[in-house]
Amino acid sequence: MLWQLFKTFFLIGAFTFGGGVAMIPIIEKEVVDNHKWLSQEEFLDALAISQSSPGVLAANMSTYIGHRLMGFPGAVVSCLGAVLPSFLIITVIATFFMNFRDHPVAEKLFMGIRPAVAGLIGSAVFVMTRRMQMNLIKALTIIGVAILVGWFGMNPILFLIGGGVVSVLYDKMKPNKTEKKSE
Amino acid sequence: MLIYWELFKTFLTIGLFSFGGGFAMLPLIRQEVAIQHGWMTETQFIDMLAISEMTPGPIAVNTATFVGHGQAGILGGLAATFAVVLPSFVVVSILYHFVKRFRQNQAVDTFFKGLRVVVIGLIAAGFVSVLFDSVQDIRAGLIAVFTFYIVTYKKAHPVLAIVIAAVLSLVLYWG
Repeated sequence: MLWQLFKTFFLIGAFTFGGGVAMIPIIEKEVVDNHKWLSQEEFLDALAISQSSPGVLAANMSTYIGHRLMGFPGAVVSCLGAVLPSFLIITVIATFFMNFRDHPVAEKLFMGIRPAVAGLIGSAVFVMTRRMQMNLIKALTIIGVAILVGWFGMNPILFLIGGGVVSVLYDKMKPNKTEKKSE
Repeated sequence: MLIYWELFKTFLTIGLFSFGGGFAMLPLIRQEVAIQHGWMTETQFIDMLAISEMTPGPIAVNTATFVGHGQAGILGGLAATFAVVLPSFVVVSILYHFVKRFRQNQAVDTFFKGLRVVVIGLIAAGFVSVLFDSVQDIRAGLIAVFTFYIVTYKKAHPVLAIVIAAVLSLVLYWG
């Protein structure tokens, strides 16, 4: 069973591109549909706790599910399985990439790949803002953080904690208004 | 020995303060790795992002392994990767045992709603810095806009988008 857990999360780690969010449906398919280790309900609990905890989502999910199924050893094995493929692949790339990076063709390739990364991130911002109910405060917060952190290099941790605290205070001050910062 | 401790400390911080998935952590990783420690240049940081997007696994883990390896070989990669995952493991283990129905707590729920707005702001911040570090001429601008378009509206997979950009790059920057 420990081996099964390790193997499942190793495969999930090895075949999901794009990190945490892309992993969620795949983990769900493996854990809920294929292995029937968790019910749909339990999976959503795991997801809620994983998304509310700091850290890498894939590591959070695998740790939680490991605990749920086989206690502490299960958590260790699942988390290791989820992270190991990434570690191995990047170690191999880091070993060889350093030699090939200064090659003129590689430099030409990366001239165009770099702005593509900007396009990818821009797309993520666009899709996320379009999905949320926007209001003036949210829009100003997003633009403000983008400029203060992205341009002036202010500390992002400050804003993370500040955003959460302000949201709670705001909620406490207006207890009878029900439609404050919802989604 | 000092470098291992420095790597461990840095990536522990990154792991501890990462909310909202890979892209939201870019500003923090960039500040720690490129600006504070000078372990890579801003340009190398973007190259590393591109590699992370094209390989499986979370961006934070990929960055940790990559930077750790670059600074102190396999052991450095191991120290950094271990550090970035450790907060996940510890926090989730604690929550698993002590908290049931975490989200039903009103204050916790509101806290995370506020956090979510900041997370989008942080992704936008990552966008701003990567944009200014990477787009230095019109050709690069065209590639950025084109990539944005095919990913947003044509649902192109990021790996495919990067491959297309690489090909475009060879054509546009030829000679």
